Amino acid sequence: MLYREALNRALDEVMSADDSVVTLGEDVGLYGGSFRVTEGLVEKYGEKRVIDTPIAELSIVGNAVGMAIGGLRPVAELMTGNFSLLAFDQIINHMAKLHYMSNGKIILPMVVRFPQGVSRQLAAQHSESYEQMLSAVPGLRVLSVNDVNYAYHALKYAILSDDPVVFIEHELLYNKKGEVDFAQKLDPFQARIAKEGSDITIVSYLKMVDDVMLAVPEIEEALGCSCEVIDLCSLNPIDYETLIESIQKTSRLVMVEEDHKTGGYGAQIISWAAEEMFYALDAPPLRLAGEDVPVPYNRSLELSSIPTPESIAQDIIAWGKNNEL
Amino acid sequence: MNKLLAEEMYYLMVLGRAFEYGAKENYMKGNISGFLHLDIGQEALSVGAIKAFEKGDIFSGYREHIMAISRGLEPKAVMAELFGKSTGVSGGKGGSMHLFEPSHYFYGGDAIVGGQLPNAVGCAYARALQENDDGVMAIFGDGATNGGAFFESLNIAATHKLPLLFLCENNEYAIGTNIRRTAPFREQAKKAEPYMPTYEVDGMDAEAVYEVVSQARKQIEAGHGPVFVEAFTCRYEGHSVSDANSYRSAQEMAHCKARDPIEKFKKALHEKWLCTEEEIQNIEIKAQKAVEDAVKYAEESPEPEPEALFEHVFYQEHKNVVS
Repeated sequence: MLYREALNRALDEVMSADDSVVTLGEDVGLYGGSFRVTEGLVEKYGEKRVIDTPIAELSIVGNAVGMAIGGLRPVAELMTGNFSLLAFDQIINHMAKLHYMSNGKIILPMVVRFPQGVSRQLAAQHSESYEQMLSAVPGLRVLSVNDVNYAYHALKYAILSDDPVVFIEHELLYNKKGEVDFAQKLDPFQARIAKEGSDITIVSYLKMVDDVMLAVPEIEEALGCSCEVIDLCSLNPIDYETLIESIQKTSRLVMVEEDHKTGGYGAQIISWAAEEMFYALDAPPLRLAGEDVPVPYNRSLELSSIPTPESIAQDIIAWGKNNEL
Repeated sequence: MNKLLAEEMYYLMVLGRAFEYGAKENYMKGNISGFLHLDIGQEALSVGAIKAFEKGDIFSGYREHIMAISRGLEPKAVMAELFGKSTGVSGGKGGSMHLFEPSHYFYGGDAIVGGQLPNAVGCAYARALQENDDGVMAIFGDGATNGGAFFESLNIAATHKLPLLFLCENNEYAIGTNIRRTAPFREQAKKAEPYMPTYEVDGMDAEAVYEVVSQARKQIEAGHGPVFVEAFTCRYEGHSVSDANSYRSAQEMAHCKARDPIEKFKKALHEKWLCTEEEIQNIEIKAQKAVEDAVKYAEESPEPEPEALFEHVFYQEHKNVVS
């Protein structure tokens, strides 16, 4: 099953089980979704529950907030992260805050699906990542899963949750293949150990987990060590317990993310480790991230603006050699 | 409208004005802080519209104390919220601008100009899907009609023929800037005309507001799609208590106050509903007493417990939150 099919299946199942679940966004209905995640749903559930919206992102999220107040469980799709900036008033001032400001009286069971990231030469207004901003807003749950099985389970969980969830997806993950264990009970707020290892903890999320996995054989061979790869899955809350366990075992920490480095999400993980895990570390942590530039159009410039399997391997090997690994 | 309702509306208007003056006094004393937007002068609009829209959902802005009370929220719980006390409508976490009471279908309380409009549209969508006839009323000022959220909302509400009543309270000032300096015309209903039926009403006349909003409500309940009502009104005070109102001339203010909504309605009580002076006085005394009780209650109420800081960030806590 493909990642996008796993999301589609999750949506389909909850829509079939619960009439109050609706999905809305640009081209989600008759067109089938720009990433085909909502394909086939309008035929099954009709245009009133699979709602083609105008290109008006503020309203997509703002209407979803109102739908949730009115007793529905909306799943809003924003076509791409950069467009979400038009919706940030509703995401931050409304979706994230109404529960707290009303002292718990307003409950918002809603999901905003959030495709983002560097895809292929879409240039600076279609390539950015916003998990650093979203995860910094109290009141939002932020999920960002790499794995196909998790995609199915986490989206289902998000829709059934009574809290507002931003469900971040990477545009290059939609065609990723994987198996889904439909009967499994998994906690999407728990980090996933993508690969067990004993010498280096490499933390990542979304597409970068795959790039790290591609880099690992070369790293292990060059350094003669074994890497543990952790897929965070949830960016808020953070599963620190899994990180603590891994770092205590490996004593070394690497953070890999696609987003611009300055102020990026991984800074939270590294600063936490510096505060809480300092004496468990045998080497300074390493943080690999995108360059502090708008994402360029040209393919080779684009690739050099973000970590790739090759650059990840090269950077971790150099860091390992400098730190007696 | 009947005499009983007229008396109730007069009570709410007098109560509302006394409440606002009580809030202002307590702001000066330091019992209330932050932003405090008073509704003095606009009572006919707030009371008339809410009483005419008795059942459906209401989304409003930050000048909403009188609307909340007219919707049935206890004046003492509203005052306690202004005081930031734990007994307040929002547990002291929202303050003047964020009064929410879903059990009364009252959703504040939005301090982002126009921010409530997309929420009202979404709620109206939900009501239509649920085949609930009550509909939704969105209340906003003339200032909100210049923003993108407003135009997006008109478009979506009209496209889906949603049961949504847009009520624009046009007091001609967006904080301190006259609407004529930021829009090409005074009548903001012109912006809605291509999308839906629009009505104009004297917002200083409680009876007229009640009648027009009642008619508009019936129209949305009948499933004919959204309706726009524009009520022209006058804010006696500055934008908030910290605004000295220096941008309006004494002449302009005098012209405003000559249309005083409470005096106008009192006259109707005498002439149309044949209320005696004693009946009217009793209403005024009762309203004054309710405000005094509300202030006393707010003063005596406890502060929120320290633990309240972390309560209701999320509905479902999650075990993995370690930091």
